[in-house]
Amino acid sequence: MTAAAGTAPAGATTPFFRRAVEGKTLPILIVLGVIVLIWYAFTVYLNAPWQIDAYERAGTEWTAADLVRDTMAQERPVLPSPHQVVAEIWKTTVGTRLTSKRNLFYHAWITLSSTLLGFVIGTALGVLLAVGIVHNRAMDKSVMPWVIASQTIPILAVAPMIIVVLNAIGLSGLLPKALISTYLSFFPVVVGMVKGFRSPEAFQLDLMRTYNASGAQTFWKLRWPAALPYLFTSMKVAVAISLVGAIVGELPTGAVSGLGARLLAGSYYGQTVQIWSALFMAAALAAILVGVVGIGQRMVMARMGEKP
Amino acid sequence: MNANPAIRQEASSPQTSQPVVEAKGLGLTFETNDGPVRALADVDLTINKGEFVSFIGPSGCGKTTFLRVIADLEQPTAGEILVNGMTPEEARRKRAYGYVFQAAGLFPWRTIEQNVALPLEIMGYSRAEQKERVHRTLDLVNLAGFEKKFPWQLSGGMQQRASIARALAFDADLLLMDEPFGALDEIVRDHLNEQLLELWARTGKTIGFVTHSIPEAVYLSTRIVVMSPRPGRVTDVIVSPLPRERPLDIRETPEFLEIAHRVRDGLRAGHGDD
Repeated sequence: MTAAAGTAPAGATTPFFRRAVEGKTLPILIVLGVIVLIWYAFTVYLNAPWQIDAYERAGTEWTAADLVRDTMAQERPVLPSPHQVVAEIWKTTVGTRLTSKRNLFYHAWITLSSTLLGFVIGTALGVLLAVGIVHNRAMDKSVMPWVIASQTIPILAVAPMIIVVLNAIGLSGLLPKALISTYLSFFPVVVGMVKGFRSPEAFQLDLMRTYNASGAQTFWKLRWPAALPYLFTSMKVAVAISLVGAIVGELPTGAVSGLGARLLAGSYYGQTVQIWSALFMAAALAAILVGVVGIGQRMVMARMGEKP
Repeated sequence: MNANPAIRQEASSPQTSQPVVEAKGLGLTFETNDGPVRALADVDLTINKGEFVSFIGPSGCGKTTFLRVIADLEQPTAGEILVNGMTPEEARRKRAYGYVFQAAGLFPWRTIEQNVALPLEIMGYSRAEQKERVHRTLDLVNLAGFEKKFPWQLSGGMQQRASIARALAFDADLLLMDEPFGALDEIVRDHLNEQLLELWARTGKTIGFVTHSIPEAVYLSTRIVVMSPRPGRVTDVIVSPLPRERPLDIRETPEFLEIAHRVRDGLRAGHGDD
């Protein structure tokens, strides 16, 4: 940090592998290892009753080693083992044509596209509402309670109605799903940006007044840059719940593609391995999305001279 | 403005000077939940061009409020006040003054040069002129070479100097300073006081300066306005007989100590009722 003191944003470009070695990589790997071990233990424990039942019906002799091996290789286990999930993910991503409806990447892309559309609309809507709330007393008093009330309704209950209503007025396909993402994602952005736009101190606003700055100048030169850190924090939350919204939007609509459809189909046919692989794909997608927003945040903050 | 060691008594006589700020019977009462608070009452004061006027008094005496009224950041409830012969609002719209707050308040996302350029951007100066003015004013406050630094890379004293540069960057003849060095340590403060006097001599600005430090007020000012609280009013106005050229060690001279003594008496008298 002392070496970087000469040029402000230098600290932001520490080599990735160095951070990994010095940072939290080892503890994370240890925790991951422990989780995998516990998972394997539960795989055996949860799948054993069915397996023992199967042995008895077939009248085969079995040992503890047989049991452990066979519980991890069931076709429809209660809990699939990690390597089954990994194998399924591998098979349905790398092992399948990218354009095939059986490819998990294809389904991830369907969900991702409505996630991103919903996220962009939600963020824009959230920022606009926050601008209104900060600049207009009437909006401040009237809009915020509705914004909060909107989030107390369970999305699972609203989602089918949104889809049905939008279908009735001729909107179908990507947009209705995206709007469910919007419904969830605008909220953290409104709350964060209202706080962000109000973060300049009174004397900083006075300073703009002494320059006889216009409202637009005060907004673009003071409120907006002051709110940017809040925007990125909000966007991290918003992008993750946008994904949730997109998946939820696929559940009640009888969608045939998308991670939500994959989850639903998996549960219809008891394909637990498929459910888990879709879940992991969704988690990976969320991690990537939040990570991308984080990279954007670091780049913008470095340009804005944030202390490394 | 040449360095003129002559006593500046004549500068404050109204017939030869041009008033920049004229307050007559000025009063300001804040309505609060605990009833009205009289922040200012019956303030009559004229600040003339080229003067360095300090406002000193205990907290709550209205010195900052008075400065804010000049700057059109507060609205008086009684009396009248003119800035450059206009209402404070007109003066503010004409960008008649630069204001320096107690906190430097540099925008952390802007480099030093971008911070100094902020008022220039708002006032619509051309890019070339912005550049030239930023360079000139940073030079004036001895911050040349720090253009590309971000505020957190500078010490508190340097940040405050940058904020003074920001107030000087455009052509306001009046500089209003609200305890600008209040948060800095003694040594830095001495240094900045010296630099401020030098800057004042070079630019010929009119300066209104709020402080709660007696030595600072006496060292800097051509006139010292002593104020007292509840209600905030002027109890004494002291014209400094000190020469315009003031080395730091002038603070040990008998004249200096005598003025300081009078200021202290004025402050004590203001406190007599509690």
